[in-house]
Parts: sequence; C-alpha cells; structure tokens
Amino acid sequence: MSSTIVIKDVSKSFGKKIVLNKVSLTVESGSIFGLIGPSGSGKTTLVKLIVGMDSPNQGNVQVLNTAVPNLKLLQKIGYMAQADALYSDLTGEENLAFFASLFKLKKKAQKERIAYAADLVNLTTDLKNKVENYSGGMKRRLSLAVALIQDPEILILDEPTVGIDPELRQSIWAELYRLKNAGKTILVTTHVMDEAEKCDRLAMVRDGEIITSGSPAELKKQYGISSLEEVFLKAGGKQ
Amino acid sequence: MSILALVKRIFHQMLRDKRALALMMVAPLLVLTLLNYLLAGNTVNPRLGVIDADEKLVERLEENNIVVLQVDENTKDNLMNKDLDGILEFIGEEISLTLTNDQPNAAKALQVKVQQAIAAEKAKEQAANLSAFMETIQSKLPGVPVKMEQVNAPDINTSYIYGNKDTTFFDQLSPILVGFFVFFFVFLISGIALLRERTTGTLERLLATPILRREIVFGYLLGYGLFAVIQTIIVVTYAVNVLDITLVGSFWNVVIINLTLALVALSLGILLSAFANSEFQMMQFIPIAIIPQVFFAGIFPFESMAGWMQVLAKCMPMYYGGSALVDVMYKGLGLRDIRNDLFVLLGFALVFIVLNIVALKKYRKI
Repeated sequence: MSSTIVIKDVSKSFGKKIVLNKVSLTVESGSIFGLIGPSGSGKTTLVKLIVGMDSPNQGNVQVLNTAVPNLKLLQKIGYMAQADALYSDLTGEENLAFFASLFKLKKKAQKERIAYAADLVNLTTDLKNKVENYSGGMKRRLSLAVALIQDPEILILDEPTVGIDPELRQSIWAELYRLKNAGKTILVTTHVMDEAEKCDRLAMVRDGEIITSGSPAELKKQYGISSLEEVFLKAGGKQ
Repeated sequence: MSILALVKRIFHQMLRDKRALALMMVAPLLVLTLLNYLLAGNTVNPRLGVIDADEKLVERLEENNIVVLQVDENTKDNLMNKDLDGILEFIGEEISLTLTNDQPNAAKALQVKVQQAIAAEKAKEQAANLSAFMETIQSKLPGVPVKMEQVNAPDINTSYIYGNKDTTFFDQLSPILVGFFVFFFVFLISGIALLRERTTGTLERLLATPILRREIVFGYLLGYGLFAVIQTIIVVTYAVNVLDITLVGSFWNVVIINLTLALVALSLGILLSAFANSEFQMMQFIPIAIIPQVFFAGIFPFESMAGWMQVLAKCMPMYYGGSALVDVMYKGLGLRDIRNDLFVLLGFALVFIVLNIVALKKYRKI
C-alpha cells in the first residue's frame, strides 16, 4: 500500500498565533482517514495545506508523490470546504456544470458526472431548482456532489456531515465506503465521535498538535477504554 | 475554457438578478433624463426694481429679459415683498445696485446685464454728444467736409468652434455623465459580485480547482465587460436619440472609451472588494474612490485648479475618461486625438489587473 498524503513536520502560524506545530501524518491510499478535534484545533488549516490553498511556514506536504502546492494536483483532489460555497442564484445543475467545466470535463462526461453525483446525494429531482430554495441539508449534499464532480482520486471533506440528518448521514457514509472500495483515498475532518469510529485510521488534533493516532480499535486498546470520546479526553490530558 | 465557464456563469447570474440588471441598464437613463430636464429648463427672468432710472435704460433692460418694476425706496422690505432680485437706484451721478444674492450665480448674471445696459446707454449718449459736437464744428468751418458715419451699436457676429448658440451646460456635462455611470455601476456590481464570492467561500472553492488566478480575473473582466458594452450602447443611444444630446464624433469611439473606463472600474472594483468584508464596507468605498472622480472628470475646468489639485486630477481615471468623452461627443475629435487618454486608462487597468492577480494569492499561494 502506498501513501497518498505525506505531511512532514509541518508548522503554520498566523501572526503570533501558532495554529499547527510540527504536525506529521501519512494517509495510505484507498483508506478513510479521520481528523478529529474540537473547533479551532487546526483541522481546517491542515486541510488547506494539503489542498495547497495555503503553504506551511515549515515542513512539507506531498500528495501523490508531488510537492504541494501544485495546480495539476488540484485536478485529482475533490475538496469540500466547511462553508457550502455554492452559487445560490444558480440551480443545482448549473452549479455542478460550472465546476465540471472548471475541471475541463467534456460535454458528454459533464452530463454523466452530473447525473452520477446528483444521484449519489439524492438531488436528481431538485437539480433544476435554484440553490437559494434548498434546505441546509440539501446544500451540504450538493456541496459534496461538487467535490465528486471530476471523479477525483482523493477526497478531502471538511466536516461533510454537519447539518445533515442521520438517515442521509448514513447514506453518505455508505457512499464514502463505496468510493473507498473503488480505490479512492478519503480524508474527513469531524468533531463527531461516532463518525470517527467509521474511519480506518484516526488522528486526534488538539491545539495544533496531533495528540495520538492509529485505528479506532488500536486507540481504544492503547488507552484501555471502550469509547473514542474518552480516548480523546485522556490523550488530551484533560480528564 | 475556464474563462468561458466563468463568463457563462456571470451571464446566468446577471440575467437572473433583475434588480442589478435594472440598476445597470435603466438607472443611468433615469438620472440622465432628470438632469436633462433640470439643466435644460428655462431660466426665470430676473426681477429688478428701479428708482429714478432713465426711460431708455429701462427699455434696454427689458430688452435683455429683465422684468423692471418702479419702486419708491431701496429697502429690504421692498426687495422681499415684491420678490425682486435687485434694486437699481440713481442718485444724481451715483448709481447703486442692491442684489438679493440668494442665488449667487443668478445675481452675478443680473449684475453683468445691468452693467452692460448702463454702459451701452452711456455709449449711446456719448455718441450723440459727439455727433452734435461734430455738427457744431462743421457749421463753424464751412467748406471743410467732415464726413461722419452713423454711430451704431456694434454688431458682433458670434461663431462657435464647438457646439452652437443653443448648447447648454448639459451638452458638455452629459458625455462626462455617460462615462461616469458606466464607471460607477460596473464598479459596484463587479466589486460586490466578487465580494460575495469571497464571503460565501465560492472563491476559495474556485481556487481549489485547477483554474489559474489570472483566469479568474480575466473571466470577471470579460463577463462584466460584456454587460458594460451593452450598458454603454443603451445609455449612449438613449442620450443621443431621445434626449438629443450632442454627439459630434463617432458613436463607436464613445463605446471604445466607455469600455476602457469599464475595464478600469471592473479591475478597481474587484481589487477594492479584497479590502471589504461586507457589502456595506464596499459601499464605503464610494465616497472615497468614486465621488472624487466626478469632480475631476471635467465638470470643473482643469486649468483653474490649484497645482496640487491638477496632480491629483491626473491620478484619477475619470479625468482621462471624461476628457476623451468630451473630445469625442462634444468636440467631435477622432480616435487619434484621444489615444493618449485611452493609453493612460489602459495603463490604470493593467496595474489594477496585475494587483488583482497578486491579491488572489491570499486565497491560494499558486
């Protein structure tokens, strides 16, 4: 198994505030990797460094054996930010078509991918409606569909299931598993512990440092506790 | 390809946003129409009270469209109650003129008219005296023929290099306004559009695709630029055909100037949107970045500005745009004469565009 994302000793600070402090982690190809941590722990900053939106002060980030930032790499990364980041005055279909053409998909491929992505997030019947009439959950789903539009090798999802009802959350995770089995690498950030259980590997982030990492089972065993929530608290030393 | 996708998206958004579209296309027509009627309206004849004035002078004043009323006293009450703009009083050789001066421009004009009328009367009187004097001399020196031409008030044949006798202030002002509307509305709409992309996070998402930073800037320029062209054509067509504004030069030169202005406004708008966090903060740029442009666009003559003001004027894109527009629309000059203005405007646009491309680095380092 090869490594898709390799982060080495990455530090990032905004002004005097240190957001990430010597973070290192490796994401294996074809796995679901979870970044767990409270709000403000530096998850989003780390994600942005991986996508190449920002560059680290120290250390380096490699994705698919290429140094980040790299424009060609962006073609292979499906990125879903925390904000829904949709054009609310356009329809769902127009949003998808716009991003599809930015990824330089041909007309025919565009149609197929739009149909596929919309079906995946259960929005096929709402494609012709304007996004401003969508519910919060629908927007989140459309946002996920946008991240999938160019059939990327890597999916980076920043809190993908926030504001989505349990039933849909279930179906999104089912789809993430399906994508994983198709060979995609998925990086998910979350602060919901029961989602962490579903990842192959986890890294717990607090105050810009990775406090512990491993598979959910390993972590529980290591700390001798049955719930990840307690692992998190214990590893953070705040118990 | 990415640029075209962006242009297509902007078209979708604009065509759906009826308010913004109306603001861009109809609002300028409304303002132009209002100004046209305000500035081209007939001036009210001034009312002048006179005391002990010569009848001939009164006649001359009335010929000059002054309503003359006989009053008994030069008092404020008289001025106010009879709704006069001034009182002209003759006390022997002394002449005194009291002006209400509630509207300094009108007062100045009245003062000039009165002075002219008095001077003309005086000249006529002197001419009469002179011919009487000549006749006397002639009668005393018989046999010496002294020919004298009839003394007449001189007739001045006035001709105009630009415009004609019916030209109003609006004719000179309208080219500037046409350019300013394009500048203002394009600035506002494009600036707020990019601001919205920043605040909703779509800009970040855009930059998570392989699009180049310059493609975003050029996509914006092209997308909103096309709307600026349509706006220019509508505004100029309306101004010329409906409001009957002077257009001596070529219609297409006007479009070229306005397009260049729009380019500056676009690039300035999206650049300044980087320094705003909300639509309201974007509006706050209007008094700083937009309003001063009007003052330097040619409404006030450049030559009469103080030295440092002239330097300031040369930093304002509207100074060049206004001057080029007046040159084409009012003076009928051609592309050759305005090319320097166009080059400077393109220079502004180029600087802003480069700054924009650099400013986007805030969102993506590459």
